Amino acid sequence: MRKTVWSMCGMCSVRCPIRVEVEDGEIKWIEGNPHLIGRALCAKGSAGIALHTDSERPQQPLIRKGGRGAGNWEPVSWYAALDYVADKLKKIMDKYGPEAVMLSCRGGPFLDIAKAFIHGLGSPNFTNHDSGCGRNVHHASKSIYGLGRKGLIYDIKNSKHLILFGRNILASLRIAEANQVMDMLEAGGSMTYVDVRQSLTGIKATRFFQVRPGTDYALALGMINEVLKKEAYDKEFLEKYATGFEALEEFIQPYTAEWAAKECGIKVNKLKAFVEEIDSQRPKVIFHPGWMLSRYKDSFYASRALQILNVLMGNIEQKGGQLFPKTPGDCGVKGLQSLDALVPKPKKERADGVGTKYKHFDKGPGLFHLFYDAIATGTPYPIKALICYRHDPFNCFPDPAAQKEALENAELLVSIDTHYSEFGWFSDVILPESMYLERETLIVTQKGPKPRFTLRQRCVEPRFDTKPSWEIFKQLADRLGISQYFPFNTIEELWQWQLEPTGHSYEEFDEKGYIELTDKPIMYDDIEGKFKTPSGKIEIISSVLEEAGLPSLKPYESPLKPPKGRFRLIFGRSPVHAHGHTINNPLLHELFPENTLWINKRVATKLGIKEGDWVDVIADSQKGIIRAHVTEFIHPEAVYTVHGFGRQIPLQSRAYHAGMSDQKLQEGLLQKMDPAGGGLCLCEKFVTIRRSHRNPRRRVEL
Amino acid sequence: MNKYMIYLNSRRCIGCHGCEVHCKTNKNLPVGPLLCEITHEPLKAVKGVPKTEFHFRSCYHCEEPFCVDICPTKAMIKREDGIVYVDSEKCIGCMSCAGACPWGIPQLNPETGKAVKCDYCMDRIDAGLKPACVTKCTTHALKFVTMQEI
Repeated sequence: MRKTVWSMCGMCSVRCPIRVEVEDGEIKWIEGNPHLIGRALCAKGSAGIALHTDSERPQQPLIRKGGRGAGNWEPVSWYAALDYVADKLKKIMDKYGPEAVMLSCRGGPFLDIAKAFIHGLGSPNFTNHDSGCGRNVHHASKSIYGLGRKGLIYDIKNSKHLILFGRNILASLRIAEANQVMDMLEAGGSMTYVDVRQSLTGIKATRFFQVRPGTDYALALGMINEVLKKEAYDKEFLEKYATGFEALEEFIQPYTAEWAAKECGIKVNKLKAFVEEIDSQRPKVIFHPGWMLSRYKDSFYASRALQILNVLMGNIEQKGGQLFPKTPGDCGVKGLQSLDALVPKPKKERADGVGTKYKHFDKGPGLFHLFYDAIATGTPYPIKALICYRHDPFNCFPDPAAQKEALENAELLVSIDTHYSEFGWFSDVILPESMYLERETLIVTQKGPKPRFTLRQRCVEPRFDTKPSWEIFKQLADRLGISQYFPFNTIEELWQWQLEPTGHSYEEFDEKGYIELTDKPIMYDDIEGKFKTPSGKIEIISSVLEEAGLPSLKPYESPLKPPKGRFRLIFGRSPVHAHGHTINNPLLHELFPENTLWINKRVATKLGIKEGDWVDVIADSQKGIIRAHVTEFIHPEAVYTVHGFGRQIPLQSRAYHAGMSDQKLQEGLLQKMDPAGGGLCLCEKFVTIRRSHRNPRRRVEL
Repeated sequence: MNKYMIYLNSRRCIGCHGCEVHCKTNKNLPVGPLLCEITHEPLKAVKGVPKTEFHFRSCYHCEEPFCVDICPTKAMIKREDGIVYVDSEKCIGCMSCAGACPWGIPQLNPETGKAVKCDYCMDRIDAGLKPACVTKCTTHALKFVTMQEI
């Protein structure tokens, strides 16, 4: 008899809702939740079964025996591994104080327990991957609206025009969102795509601007200028809700459409026609502010300019525009109880300086890369233990060699993950988490037009001696004397406790996998007071930035042109892989075994490179080798590759040395931070390209 | 007369290759055989936007399938509703079917040593469901069409 388990996909960070059919402890079928996404699932989602049956993942706790990264592991029991970690942590905390322990993660909704753990120890040093991802977007949004980047959501389905600056929305693939985009296009909507190359998203666009790498900000400024010139904006909305418009009018004057077209290498008529079009479509026009925007030195300001365009469109809390995500409170339901809220806030300042040295950044997760400074130098105080929970800093941040050097000063490195990460392989202890189909998680709130509670449920028992993270943190907490913050012994007790104030029970998840808090989408009639800036208004001139001595509107600086023979290294993603952690999946590896280097056709001809040739990609001391993909649809200043490849973990036989790693070539970028946005500038690396001498020329064998 | 076909709305297809994996996991196939496939042509600029069309191919379920005629053990069978399928009990894995098929559609499952091919997930169809690729298509671009005589 097959039974249905409602759960949540875990192949990438989107976490699409799924329905799993299980028979005799085996997974027979996974599909998208029919109530929410009409059974749809992507390639990664289906390949979850292959992850479950794959044995090339950590199968029991491991303690390092040889040198770091040597791959000499001693398999131990959970009892021994947790004792070992707790003992080491105790020694470090006794000697340096609890703040010498830091915990990082890859963001997401399930972090309440991890936060409670690190704060419960008395350390303020909780952080995540985001300075190598969306921090610029987050801070840009905060500086304008006082709301984080998830403080507004996009009603793409009902919009008339979606504008994407390099946001490869159909390859990044949130199933519900991708369907909204396709529905919008089918209904006759427009999509403008801006990138240095053509992508899976761009081929569906109605307009394509191929810009010179690093000029996104220029294009956005040109758009603002033209919008103001043509008075193609919502005056009433601006007067009512925004401050700083006069300063914008003054600032934008030199950045005409003509100037922008020249700077970006596009046609001015196309830009003017674009503004004419959006004028007829607003407020149902959405300028996507970007997602992974740790790219250029002015990405923060590019995202800010895109948000200013949203404000000019007057698209907030409008059908087909940006919406406020509604909370349980909007449905008259109390929110979930939080474990972290039980813990007294650690008094010590953060070691990354966020909140003290950097007052304009969000204190929540701070900025991971700044911790490397603290680890290396011991200032403001020593950091001696790093716990990475489902996070691989060597894959997500640039220059792993520089990271390893800083970590020489760390006495304990722990990886809690379902697979071998590059960091895990280098660490001292691997505490293997059960993969997503073998574990359950906390209940979470999903805000939106129709907010709901949902969770991940265990579909099958773990194949190996692994544990869910809630159990790992709970058992560590018990050993470290902070059990009082973890008032549960089983997951059911935890769920019950979380739901206590809401009046719901976890058995309700059995019906559809989620608890719906309203049957109709909620819209606010009045948005007064919804902006959380110091002035309570939309701040085109941000008081927070100005106070930090940073400009709200930054004069444009043209990006450097790469010297002859060198190219800007750009990276992106494919719908088949979720960065580094699916490369070794048997079925996804079969689909996309290694990445290629996109190179402009004219450039390739000059360099004597043909489709499929091996090319050397040379940074400062690092060199990669990869096959060329020659195409006319990439800007000649750039070369492009899919991120996540070039893994060096021998136990991942499929991914081992398959393709090339971009982050290993990003030498010198680990501390190259946008001072206003806090994001790293990962596309600010020039590399030399040459046809590799490893291309076979002669055959001397029989 | 074939009763069914799978139709791809190329405008909705985003080239995510989900269907290929949906098919493989439903049929419990190892690395190797691929029973359906998304392909596309090289990009070409249309009104300033580089574009391409996606194509879906599984099995044509021919009216007079060569694979059925050539099978020495009568393991390749055409059903009344047109579905051409492999009876794996009878299949000896000689792969004559693949040689006879103009497109080489039947493939060897290296784990079972038998031929496999698209059968529109006939166990699902018989249970009133749709093929795996159609059911789970990421953007609902694949449609399972039941043809009617007029």
